[in-house]
Amino acid sequence: MITVERSLPSIVPDFGDAKVTGRKLAIICSKGNLDMAYPGLILANAALGEGIETHLFFTFWGFDMILKSRMDHLRFTMLGNTATHLPQGLGGLPGMTAMATHQMKKQIAEVGVPGVPELLSQIVDSGGHLWACRMSADMMHIDESDLYEAVEDIISATDFIEKTDGAQLLFI
Amino acid sequence: MPTATIHDAEVHVDAEGFMTEYDEWDKTLAHDLAAAIGVELTPRHWTAIDFLRKDYVDENETPTLRRVAAGTGISIKQLFELFPVKPAKKMAYIAGLPKPRGCV
Repeated sequence: MITVERSLPSIVPDFGDAKVTGRKLAIICSKGNLDMAYPGLILANAALGEGIETHLFFTFWGFDMILKSRMDHLRFTMLGNTATHLPQGLGGLPGMTAMATHQMKKQIAEVGVPGVPELLSQIVDSGGHLWACRMSADMMHIDESDLYEAVEDIISATDFIEKTDGAQLLFI
Repeated sequence: MPTATIHDAEVHVDAEGFMTEYDEWDKTLAHDLAAAIGVELTPRHWTAIDFLRKDYVDENETPTLRRVAAGTGISIKQLFELFPVKPAKKMAYIAGLPKPRGCV
């Protein structure tokens, strides 16, 4: 280890510890489409990198993101999505969803962003909290054994609101 | 463009204090930059810093946290311990590189 005489730089970035400011972010993930899974995950990851306490609540179709059997098989469809700028009829043809999904996964990989399970694991390693919705679990007859291991608990909406007291909230 | 004086060396920095000239950095400066943000550099820290310096040359871009983890074998969890709260930015700062601009 090198020992040096210390003289501090005259301009130092403000890495203001967010824990001190108590900034919190709550993200409700309610969609199970591939393209709707990423916004919440990318934002959660970005917030954690800034030292912000982050909680994700998975509800309704968002369960696909944390179901062991489905989390790596989310799909993207052109149907109902005018932003592909292709004729809607095409989206209904057999194999079209598989093709669109394949294409989107390729594009996501090309920018160095991992698949859903790996991104969730990175979020957990960065200190993020994952919660599953009690009502959705009951409706779909799902229990802890069906869920990604890092999901902390199945909790009610009220529990989540309590846990995220004072947080900024995103519904996706 | 502002400059900051560290030891007797005047180095170019951006408005936030991140160094802007790759070649003005050296290992002694890194200790001062680390000290300025409360990080005491250990060999484990150096593994990360050395990777950042090298990867910046290869990619012409500061690596993201994920890339550092993949390239060094240091887990994301450990990187958060080594460079607390904002690891990606703190590593870049100590390595004398711009803030990473990648999302993940």
